[in-house]
Amino acid sequence: MTEPVDVLIIGAGASGAAVAWSLADTRMRVLCLEQGDWVNPSTLPSAGMDWEARTLGDAAISPNRRKLAADYPVNDDDSPIKIANFNGVGGGTVFYAAHFPRLHPSDFRVRSLDGVADDWPIDYATLAPFYDMNDRMMGVSSLAGDPAYPPKPSVMPPIPMGRTGERLGAAMNSLGWHWWPSDAAIATETYEGRAPCINLGQCGSGCAQGAKGSTDVTYWPEAIRARVELRTRCRVSRIETDASGMATGAHYIDAEGKEQFQPAEIVILASNGIGTPRLLLNSASARFPDGLANSSGLVGKNLMLHPYAQVRGHFDEPLDGYRGPPICTWSMEFYETDPARDFVRGYCFQFSRGLGPARAAINGMADGLIPWGEGHHAAFRRLFEHSAGMVSVCEDLPEETNRVTLDPVLTDSDGIPAARITYRLSENSRRMLDHSVARGIEILKAAGARDITSKAPLPYAGWHLLGTARMGTDPETSVVNPWGRSHDVKNLFIVDGSVFVTSGGVNPTSTIQAFALYVADQIKTRIYDLFE
Amino acid sequence: MSTTQTGHDAALSETERDTLRLVAGHMIPASDAYGVPGADDPEIFADILRSLDRDVEKVREALQVLAQEELAALEDDARAARLAAFRAARPELAGVLELAVARCYYRDDRVMTAIGMEPRPPFPLGYEVPQGDLALLDPVRARGPIYRDAG
Repeated sequence: MTEPVDVLIIGAGASGAAVAWSLADTRMRVLCLEQGDWVNPSTLPSAGMDWEARTLGDAAISPNRRKLAADYPVNDDDSPIKIANFNGVGGGTVFYAAHFPRLHPSDFRVRSLDGVADDWPIDYATLAPFYDMNDRMMGVSSLAGDPAYPPKPSVMPPIPMGRTGERLGAAMNSLGWHWWPSDAAIATETYEGRAPCINLGQCGSGCAQGAKGSTDVTYWPEAIRARVELRTRCRVSRIETDASGMATGAHYIDAEGKEQFQPAEIVILASNGIGTPRLLLNSASARFPDGLANSSGLVGKNLMLHPYAQVRGHFDEPLDGYRGPPICTWSMEFYETDPARDFVRGYCFQFSRGLGPARAAINGMADGLIPWGEGHHAAFRRLFEHSAGMVSVCEDLPEETNRVTLDPVLTDSDGIPAARITYRLSENSRRMLDHSVARGIEILKAAGARDITSKAPLPYAGWHLLGTARMGTDPETSVVNPWGRSHDVKNLFIVDGSVFVTSGGVNPTSTIQAFALYVADQIKTRIYDLFE
Repeated sequence: MSTTQTGHDAALSETERDTLRLVAGHMIPASDAYGVPGADDPEIFADILRSLDRDVEKVREALQVLAQEELAALEDDARAARLAAFRAARPELAGVLELAVARCYYRDDRVMTAIGMEPRPPFPLGYEVPQGDLALLDPVRARGPIYRDAG
């Protein structure tokens, strides 16, 4: 048995890093177990000639494609949207686009405003100071004054709009629709020891420059300097509890393949919306036969993935191509509910630049725009460096039938039962996707695009893993309370996207991290009666 | 990021290699007009074979379907027709071959130069991207707040 700690955090990604950093000033002994390892920036794809090929291999976003030693398989056969993640220090932030929108104030009041799903037990104003703190820690570049949000501070100047942002922005102006340079967790100037972005264009497979705000280069160095211990290549298999129903620590398999038990006074789960319910369900015991913290029966249920639609077009003059952060601007024009539409809630658009040559060729052939044979070269040159487009990120409303369960057969390399995903698109989501494709085509036509293609839903886009251990005030209808503590196990906390009550229609990382900082603050504030 | 859980048997049989070379050369042929080699160029094709990795089984499946067509024995037009039919009937397998070929073809120095790229990886030099004209946002600002008051 290893030496006891005060706080055990499971997972070193977006939320685990934030909560670890915040708790470091308590002088409690804080330990984080992470199943992956540190990523060496010099080994990232953008440092080699095979930079595009590796995004389809060992740097793929699907763990089932990547199959690295740190990865666990996910059975997503029964879902039109396939799961994406990364396992290592930094978690999903190593591979994310660093597109960094916040939820909107209305996202916390869905039931009150629109009569669907449930309100969150916290609101935008509660999280606002933690959003601001997180923006400073992650190093967010943005342009102040976006009329789609309440005022918020800008840490650094925005990433370049480039020719793509200008072209699509002018089209949005012609339609009278909102658009704005994206908030991005990408340093546009030297910031806290990080070098500025040099437009590698490969945010989605890791930033060799270190300009992108992944938590291995933001929170973790600060947390480790403050004496938080981060133990890598340690895969947690189950959380243990005692006769009183309190968590006592976690069993894990260490880097040498040996089983260990780590005792802890407080256990914090930061393992994402798939990994957290998987671990809770794998921690079933005589006292908790349906899985840990699952008296509500909601662990694993209400999985939300954000259906994406992709619309792309091609232009006569060259645009930015593969250069620069792939996402440059956003639109919140269709974000809020409009009774005139045939769906509730809404979506944002992320406007994106072009692709590298291999991806341009592969996608062009798949879309039927590039033939095999003599016509290949001419057709390729019409597309390469001439493409731009967008994805819509559609709000995914919670449904108990969309869920994570344990696969009866599939296991990871340590024999731990894998997660199985059961997910269907709702009619509301389908209508929203259709609406966004129609608007996307309208925008691209207004911008002068030709050869427009669309996909909806985008299959390999299951990045946002939300809702599978939702927060709330009622133990019968939620898994954790409004500050992340399990209703059932008083020293067990959850800080990842599992706690989301609704998904909003934007990328969730900034909200996940703001919530993790909020939970850490609550732990510190309530430390003398934390378990009551 | 280099340790894999599963190994990949990358070795294709001689027949499979011959079929793949025919497909690659047809898919992306050499062109004097564009100053590029074909995907069956010896250097590029060797890279394709070395890089099959996670796709080797799917590539083999595609090649086994194509092997029944006896591509080598066909005239160019007939071969093109057979491959077009394969692409239409089995798009998922055609997609695997497109992936295997294009990811190597478009990292060849000669090809990159011909399409206007510097033959280098993105890091460490990076690229220039113009900031863009922020005055384009004036109409967006003029419209005023669009978020809902959730109070």
